[in-house]
Amino acid sequence: MIKIPYLAALTTLFSYGLLFVFGQLRDFFRKIFDCWSHSKLQGYAPICLGLEDFYIRRLYLRIQDCFNRPISSPPDAWFDVVERVSNDNNKTLKRTTKVSRCLNLGSYNYLGFAAADEYCTPRVIESLKRFSPSTCSTRVDGGTTTLHTELEESVANFVGKPAAVVFGMGYVTNSAILPVLIGKGGLIISDSLNHNSIVNGARGSGATVRVFQHNTPYHLEKVLREQIAEGQPRTQRPWKKIIVVVEGIYSMEGELCKLPEIVAICKKSKAYVYLDEAHSVGAVGKTGRGVCELLGVDTADVDIMMGTFTKSFGSCGGYIAGSKELIKYLKYTCPAHVYATSISPPAAQQIISSIKVILGEDGSSRGAQKLARIRENCNFFRSELQKMGFEVLGDNDSPVMPIMLYNPSKIPAFSRECLKRNVAVVTVAFPATPLLLARARICISAAHTKEDLIKALEVISRVGDLVGIKYFPAEPKKQQLEESRVKFE
Amino acid sequence: MDTLVTAFENTVRTASDWVTLAFDAPSARAVVFGVHIGGHLFVEGLLFVVIIFLLSQKSYKPPKRPLSKKEIDELCDEWVPEPLIPPITEEMKYEPPVLQSAAGPHTIINGKEVINFASANYLGFIGHEKILESCTKAVEKYGVGSCGPRGFYGTIDVHLDCEARIAKFLGTSDSILYAYGLSTMFSIIPAFSKKGDIIVADEGVHWGIQNGLQLSRSTIVYYKHNDMESLQSILEKVTRKNERAKKLRRYIVAEAVYQNSGQIAPLDEIVRLKEKYRFRLILDESNSFGVLGSSGRGLTEHCRIPIEKVDIVTAAMGNALAAEGGFCTGSARVIDHQRLSSSGYVFSASLPPYLASAALTAVDVLEENLDLITKLKKNVATLHKGLSDVHGLEIVSDPQSPIVFLRLRNSTGSIKGDLLVLEDIADHVLKEDSIFCVTSKRSTIDKCNLAAGIRLFVSAAHTESDLVKAYESFKRATPLVLEGQ
Repeated sequence: MIKIPYLAALTTLFSYGLLFVFGQLRDFFRKIFDCWSHSKLQGYAPICLGLEDFYIRRLYLRIQDCFNRPISSPPDAWFDVVERVSNDNNKTLKRTTKVSRCLNLGSYNYLGFAAADEYCTPRVIESLKRFSPSTCSTRVDGGTTTLHTELEESVANFVGKPAAVVFGMGYVTNSAILPVLIGKGGLIISDSLNHNSIVNGARGSGATVRVFQHNTPYHLEKVLREQIAEGQPRTQRPWKKIIVVVEGIYSMEGELCKLPEIVAICKKSKAYVYLDEAHSVGAVGKTGRGVCELLGVDTADVDIMMGTFTKSFGSCGGYIAGSKELIKYLKYTCPAHVYATSISPPAAQQIISSIKVILGEDGSSRGAQKLARIRENCNFFRSELQKMGFEVLGDNDSPVMPIMLYNPSKIPAFSRECLKRNVAVVTVAFPATPLLLARARICISAAHTKEDLIKALEVISRVGDLVGIKYFPAEPKKQQLEESRVKFE
Repeated sequence: MDTLVTAFENTVRTASDWVTLAFDAPSARAVVFGVHIGGHLFVEGLLFVVIIFLLSQKSYKPPKRPLSKKEIDELCDEWVPEPLIPPITEEMKYEPPVLQSAAGPHTIINGKEVINFASANYLGFIGHEKILESCTKAVEKYGVGSCGPRGFYGTIDVHLDCEARIAKFLGTSDSILYAYGLSTMFSIIPAFSKKGDIIVADEGVHWGIQNGLQLSRSTIVYYKHNDMESLQSILEKVTRKNERAKKLRRYIVAEAVYQNSGQIAPLDEIVRLKEKYRFRLILDESNSFGVLGSSGRGLTEHCRIPIEKVDIVTAAMGNALAAEGGFCTGSARVIDHQRLSSSGYVFSASLPPYLASAALTAVDVLEENLDLITKLKKNVATLHKGLSDVHGLEIVSDPQSPIVFLRLRNSTGSIKGDLLVLEDIADHVLKEDSIFCVTSKRSTIDKCNLAAGIRLFVSAAHTESDLVKAYESFKRATPLVLEGQ
């Protein structure tokens, strides 16, 4: 749980209050000026109502240059960030031709497959020439090629389930699977910090949705028991089925899910478990098979395993793995399979090749090296940051590390100062996180070398001092401790 | 006996004496405002007090007893959930044919070469050299994936170039790219329409649009498929009911070429109605972009309507442009709003750069080779003519639509029954004459009720002989299969 220091909470609230007041003042003047000019669309309601985009117009536009930064090279460990200029106080930004080479701490490139890879890229180009960038057809029509069947077998084998089905986009996987599995009369219990795609899928299914406290198994048990005892709202009939949705690694907290306890509770209550491994497949676990391997949970206990290929495999798309009957049923009825264009063949080949590299089937030990390197890198980085006095969230072994900023003015300050020193970081604010808990999120990759990490630590430490985000006391260096101990003796 | 009666008489007499005394008391004989207050007022006053007392009592509610731990345990043990999926039936075991080469006009299935009418490769860009070259360069330069959402270093310069190119091609001020064709519509509609707004949609729209309508929580009214009179009457009804609603946003959602029936929407009628009743129009041009119009700019060019009259135009790039993903275009305000509020754009990784560069090159090639469009139109006309007199099947799609939709003349009565017959026909033509075509399958959660049919996607790369083979094959196969039913 994040405990915000009292002073930080006060100053954050004060800053937001000030921004809100100024925003309202400017809106007021804007309304007066607008009364004098007419708009072309008389009789139409405005396409965006006033309050909906207040946040965008008055708060977000001021710091717009910290987001949507374009790059002109592959998102590898070092990349080129295109510089942008604004002539109207950040309302519009124009690209320039200047680029600056920066250290990449923001892209989801956990195993370093982002740029051209010596094993994967030649095979991708070959399959591009053979199958074209797209099949222009859905999977049930003419969009299934030999690559797709090979891919599904390979993914099922990797994850540890009997069968799998692959879609072209991770977001659509969640949104289109939940409505198929559960409908009206069913119950979905989801973690309070689940991703937007799961929320959309749950809403689109028509089932009742209840939320349990983030990563708290005893609260989940309480909610489950209450709901089974009460039954459906108003009619009090028993629920048709219950699905509990959790994520492997939560992308904004960097925490691992408490999977063994949750699976035990669901088994007892006969609820189905849906695990979303978007960030954890390929990145954690001894052989990279995800959070089940890391925490020692048998994959047969998790009913539906979902994941995406964007993060660790350097490609695009999502998959669902489960029993053979489940996959057969999904292939018959899931709208993402029946109506959407199948995954692009070169992207499929990239996934097949990268799985081969991770498992060591390409004849080298690069896969094992990558996995060991990402684990070393993220544990080293996290412990160093904590020693410097930053408030870092997340568990050990998780490659996602959010650093708390809290104050809205520290968000652009941190981002811009780091960019000046050639380090590119990602800062996240409302609405992706709660209003008071803005943070900078660092994603470590196996492509980062030790020197890169040390440089990043230096820069972050200096900027942290400038901006004032070292909320915890820094640990004194080991050398000084040794000297003081010697003096005593 | 007598003593009891006399005792009773005595008590009654004393009681009545007391009452008469009370009634004759001086206060009872008071005169207030010229009205005699009799003693009976005391009785009435007493009754009044009793009534007030009774009314003020709380009604009896049985006390709430929460379930005890043991009871909850019992209920949890007793509860039996449904199985996660229903039992697998025969039709669920269907396996689609597996292609062993690119999905061009000719492809290889099971080692045999077949003529491919199942890919929406309208302009024949699959296997085009220029597109393959630009994709190869992009893969070598940028890798495959973009490793991040657009807001967090997932914006690559090819994305921005592609967006600018599409906006320039269509003549609008800006456009926005989505990572997947299906997610385009169901992210856009909830970004612009919330609870309380009104949307009038065609009943034959595809699942992506239906899901978007459901997620937006607005009031949805469906009009009969491609029927302008039904649309007009519904617009009339809706505006009459909500006259005071100045802040209500109102939209009409239609597809340019319907995936479920191959018909073309009469855009000039729709624009006339929209301007009359002050609705905004959201148009899905997935199957008409690059196909309709003299230079491929879509339905707006085909009906000679300036594109500014359509508020939001979306399209999936997996059809004519032979890439993946989707785009949306419109005025600058519309596009800027989506960059922060459209969930499929903000919360998802961006389109892989090589696909963006494929789309970019495809638009360039289209602009240089306008004869592809004329060839496609000619192919559609040939196939249409050839299939118009097949015994047992009728064409329900528009003569200019690139999807030729065949339906059974005498339906079996249910969509499932129709599908079985049509699948037999499709299997037959595949086995006998190597024509690969597909039936229109539906998901169980799709609300569309239009009849099923066989879809033939015509491509500019099909030769004359391909088309002749196709319709000859249907002419032979359909009577055989229907007789065998």
